Amino acid sequence: MGQLTVAERQAGIMILVGMAVLGFVMAVAGADNALGVHGAWILVAAVVGVFLMLDRYLDPPPNETRLSEYYDDPAKAGVVFAMMWAVIGMGFGLWIASLLAWPELNFDLEWTSFGRIRPIHTTGIIFGFGGNALIATSYYVMQRTCRARLQDPLAAWFVLLGYNLFCVLATTGYAMGSTQSKEYAEPEWYTDIWLVVVWVVYFVVYLRTLARRKEPHIYVANWYYMAFILVVAMLHIVNNLAVPVSWGSDKSYSLFAGVQDALTEWWYGHNAVAFFLTSGFLGMMYYFLPVRAGRPIYSYRMSIISFWGITFMYMWVGSHHLHYTALPQWVQTLGMTFSIILLVPSWASAANALLTLNGAWHKVRDDATLRFMMVAAVFYGITTFEGSFLAIRSVNSLSHYTDWTVGHVHAGALGWVAMISFGSIYAMVPWIWKRERMYSPGLIEAHFWLALAGTVVYVVAMWNSGIIQGLMWRTYNDSGTLTYSFVESLVAMHPYYIARAFGGLLFLTGALLGCLNIYLTVTRLPLTEAVSSRPPLDCEAAVGALQAAE
Amino acid sequence: MFGLHKQLERKSLALALGIVVAASIGGFVEIAPLFTIHQTVEDAPDMRVYTPLELAGRNIYIREGCYACHSQMIRTLRDEVERYGPYSLAVESKYDHPMLWGSKRTGPDLARVGAKYSDAWHVAHLDNPRAVVPESVMPAYRWLLRKDLRIDRLGDYLSAQRVVGVPYTDAMIANAEHDAYGQAAPDSAYAEGVTKRYGEATTIRVFDGQPGRLTEMDALVAYLQILGRLTDAAHKPAFAGRQ
Amino acid sequence: MKPELDPVSGRSTTGHEWNGITELDTPVPKAVWFFLITTFLFSVGYWLFMPAWPLGTTYTKGLLGDDERANLTAAIKAATDERGAWTRIVAEREPVAIMADGDLMAKVRESGRTLFGNNCAMCHGREAVGGPGFPSLVRGTTLWGDTPEAFAETIRVGINSGHTDSRTSQMLAFGRDGILTRQQIDPLVAYVRGLAQQGSTTGKQLDEGRQLFAANCVACHGEGGEGNRSLGAPDLSDGTWLYGGDDASVLQSIWHGRQGHMPSWDGRLSAWERKLLAIYLVDLRGNPR
Ligand code: HEC
Ligand code: HEC
Ligand code: HEC
Ligand code: HEM
Ligand code: HEM
Ligand SMILES: [Ca+2]
Ligand SMILES: [Ca+2]
Ligand SMILES: [Cu+2]
Repeated sequence: MGQLTVAERQAGIMILVGMAVLGFVMAVAGADNALGVHGAWILVAAVVGVFLMLDRYLDPPPNETRLSEYYDDPAKAGVVFAMMWAVIGMGFGLWIASLLAWPELNFDLEWTSFGRIRPIHTTGIIFGFGGNALIATSYYVMQRTCRARLQDPLAAWFVLLGYNLFCVLATTGYAMGSTQSKEYAEPEWYTDIWLVVVWVVYFVVYLRTLARRKEPHIYVANWYYMAFILVVAMLHIVNNLAVPVSWGSDKSYSLFAGVQDALTEWWYGHNAVAFFLTSGFLGMMYYFLPVRAGRPIYSYRMSIISFWGITFMYMWVGSHHLHYTALPQWVQTLGMTFSIILLVPSWASAANALLTLNGAWHKVRDDATLRFMMVAAVFYGITTFEGSFLAIRSVNSLSHYTDWTVGHVHAGALGWVAMISFGSIYAMVPWIWKRERMYSPGLIEAHFWLALAGTVVYVVAMWNSGIIQGLMWRTYNDSGTLTYSFVESLVAMHPYYIARAFGGLLFLTGALLGCLNIYLTVTRLPLTEAVSSRPPLDCEAAVGALQAAE
Repeated sequence: MFGLHKQLERKSLALALGIVVAASIGGFVEIAPLFTIHQTVEDAPDMRVYTPLELAGRNIYIREGCYACHSQMIRTLRDEVERYGPYSLAVESKYDHPMLWGSKRTGPDLARVGAKYSDAWHVAHLDNPRAVVPESVMPAYRWLLRKDLRIDRLGDYLSAQRVVGVPYTDAMIANAEHDAYGQAAPDSAYAEGVTKRYGEATTIRVFDGQPGRLTEMDALVAYLQILGRLTDAAHKPAFAGRQ
Repeated sequence: MKPELDPVSGRSTTGHEWNGITELDTPVPKAVWFFLITTFLFSVGYWLFMPAWPLGTTYTKGLLGDDERANLTAAIKAATDERGAWTRIVAEREPVAIMADGDLMAKVRESGRTLFGNNCAMCHGREAVGGPGFPSLVRGTTLWGDTPEAFAETIRVGINSGHTDSRTSQMLAFGRDGILTRQQIDPLVAYVRGLAQQGSTTGKQLDEGRQLFAANCVACHGEGGEGNRSLGAPDLSDGTWLYGGDDASVLQSIWHGRQGHMPSWDGRLSAWERKLLAIYLVDLRGNPR
């Protein structure tokens, strides 16, 4: 609040009042369904927000010196949200993993059945954890690489809080049975619309800050963040086109049906992977990895090839989710071939990251934070290779519908997405909170090994179960008839489901240590100006100093 | 080429435009023709729409997230056809907003489960899967038998479906509530209207085994029993892989 | 800013700097170009031979004329032909002859197990021992006969299934429909349980039960409760129960009646598969697991 001008405070209060009205209307119109419940929550939250703002309305206005500093408050909040959602999302992941091993663990409650909480895991972790990590780091990275203060503090807060409202509406909606059953796009129509509003503001904040940059060229990380923002908007809007049953109902029917809906859904679904889980995180990697390693990017030209290769080709490959289905074969061909070409720009990015570490491998050995980022790049390489492999029709005929897909997903999700996020967050936390270093390097080290062990256990278990499952479904005996019934394959999965839950437990434990470490850093370490929130231009020296301090 | 890029990366709007253009091509080339190429969706004159009760069941299927474990898409592979039945045709989901093809088979495919089991089995199974299949990991949906089905707004649901392209008639919309009730109450006065509007082959039964009460179980079982049976097209020799 | 040399790689940077990050001007490695071109050429080849590009209202069919649906039909036909050697014998030969053929029975057991597991086990259990409401197929007297022919017919048409030839059976709701009173049904329950030596078989109740049974039940279940296989009326004296043999279940059967539903597999399974299952069951009854 201290950073907001009087005009911004007024605008903020107006927005909250507007939200309160909106919440009230929703609560009344949708009194008998999730829409109304959500409306009531929005009403209460907005009213509380208004009072909180009024309470500090008369605080002295910020002085002009603030404009010569970066604005990191939303990034701080973003980190906290990201870690919160990490624990929630992975907690639900562990829960659903356990449900498949021990189905009674839903305690016979309506909202805890597998089909309702699985999307809480996927949305909570991808959008909650991933999205907040992306917003927080993008705020940080765009200011540093533009050498410009975040434009529109109020808008930045609106994006962050609005986005978290979206995550809350989405996940609690599923628990209440409000879902479109469109994978990764499950939120109902009003939640979808809300995300569009938030996203447009996000784009504006980004563009306006870019417009004030001091460096004439836009840094690669920002290309990726921008692709992430823009393309996710396109995908989200098209795939979520739907007609509500009525203005007072949470329920809607998607505009498309059948085969057209299937391709739209996987055009979206695959590119949620590409532009949410890949593009944005590549942006993160392109900033934090070179800074932490103190090395220049290996090849600017390779960045260009990878960026445009990924942006152009990813959009063609969604049909690899629909091999041998009722989707016409020609589309499958395009999906498969583009998936294969796509491996080249993908590996080029991974290679660019790893080669950037040349001359800094000793740091990788000593610094668990940098090691998180290095391992992330390796897993990015593994996952994209596996992805292109799975996109081959004959391979997909075995892997599709099985746990192999889930193994692939988590190689990417745990090994790449989560690891690069943790690495970046560990790098960023001391900078934004103006602390000398993270409280405990030992805890980071422990987190790293828990995360790595968890990922390996998870992924290996799922590779095993997936391939066994796929083979059991298609094994023929000497008589030329199927060897296994479905239930026999189900029984064979049991040990792997237990192993997967154990791997998830390790991974979650690591994340909890991360939360603890961040908490201790913020509460126990003294403020320093020595390590400013803006690493000095001579990076080599700065990181050297950091290491020495640790 | 790299020189050109040096220009592009200096202008944020040009860069943004470049991204949008590059990212639009693929989707456009692949999705738009699905609306223009006629063979994409097979012809099936006998294809009928979901009755209000089946639609309500489908809403429950969506609400409970059954797609998380069950596919409804039999691929053109020998083992799938021999295990589950004729492969799925595009036309079979042409009224499915959204489609529920799924991406994971924690449980078996359901595209042809209609009429494979009895209503009583479905009721017992949904109430507690482990009572009938001890190895199952499917959740128990015990509340389905307890909760009365809400039918007061079914007309709105059908109207919304019509807006997105499902050919519900005015009569179907006007009678949605009665038809939903009638389909699960063969002895009631409303049963007749169901066959009149949705065809002689429509199943009219006490799906949940509790006459006189319309529960969510009625709707879900009615939906499960129609899966794969809205049209016979997939069983026609032109498609059916089986001998 | 002037491009500077990176001491590690000896390359110059692009001359830009963002918050300390610089980029080397390393040319794109040859391997990247090589693989971009190879994968692209591979794709072009693939597009030539396979259905690939949309053209307004049609699409390129590819030089190979490949079609996944046609491929599947061919694969199924090949599989059918390959199996034909023994499935045709199953389809044509007398069941007795099949059961006498050890090699053939090995195939029947092998195939029957999965076919049963995928289709029937959900109701009858993996070992075919049944459960409440779903009969055991390996124990006790059967409802409709235990010959391969009877089994095959049941599997084809089902019971109360809605199939045009369906077997139909119904146990009347004697209590609910007011045919008998509760006072009459209680002794009947005792008597019926006694038939299977599961309750007391003596005393006044027994006589009353016997009379009522003779008056109401023998038409279907026979004098001694041995059942009637043309009506699908179960044997009440064999100690196996479809719906349970405790007081409450028997009372429930008589009060509310019963009408089990066995789906028809006509159209879902082919004739040889149904016959195979029937033989599999007869075999299983002979050697229950
Ligand atoms: C946790 C995963 C899971 C969820 C969620 C789930 N199922 Fe299942 N389902 C299974 C498994 C595993 C089986 C196979 C074992 C069995 O029959 O219970 C199965 C079997 C079935 C079958 C029998 C299919 C056949 O051909 O044998 C039906 C029908 C079914 N489920 C319907 C549903 C419906 C309807 C829902 C949602 C209300 C649902 N399932 C939710 C896992 C799930
Ligand atoms: C939906 C559940 C269900 C499925 C699936 C099912 N059955 Fe049945 N089956 C029943 C019921 C219920 C009965 C008894 C009907 C009655 O009560 O009269 C029955 C009866 C039978 C009988 C007659 C038994 C007798 O005593 O005469 C045979 C034989 C049989 N089933 C075989 C099979 C085979 C083989 C399959 C698989 C192809 C199969 N069933 C699948 C429910 C099922
Ligand atoms: C119309 C013919 C008919 C008459 C009359 C009839 N039954 Fe039945 N009964 C059946 C049939 C058919 C079944 C099996 C129903 C099924 O398979 O679902 C059956 C089932 C039963 C069962 C359940 C058996 C089990 O294994 O769980 C009992 C007990 C029974 N009858 C007792 C009686 C008694 C006592 C009477 C006389 C009051 C009677 N029945 C009269 C046809 C009849
Ligand atoms: C504690 C760690 C985690 C555990 C135990 C876990 C567990 C699970 C389980 C059990 C499933 C369902 C699989 C199925 O239906 O068979 C799942 C799905 C999924 N999870 Fe996780 N998960 C974890 C972390 C993550 C993270 C960090 C991400 C992303 C950043 C993630 C993304 C996903 C996605 C995208 C799916 C859907 C996969 C699909 O539909 O194929 N998970 N997870
Ligand atoms: C070159 C890059 C990649 C390609 C070609 C690719 C390809 C594939 C393929 C073929 C599938 C299986 C589809 C199916 O059979 O259902 C899949 C699933 C998936 N992939 Fe990738 N993948 C790539 C990279 C990644 C990355 C980096 C992630 C990051 C987390 C990721 C996340 C996922 C997810 C979440 C799914 C599950 C979708 C579902 O719910 O079914 N992929 N991918
Ligand atoms: Ca949505
Ligand atoms: Ca999936
Ligand atoms: Cu994909």
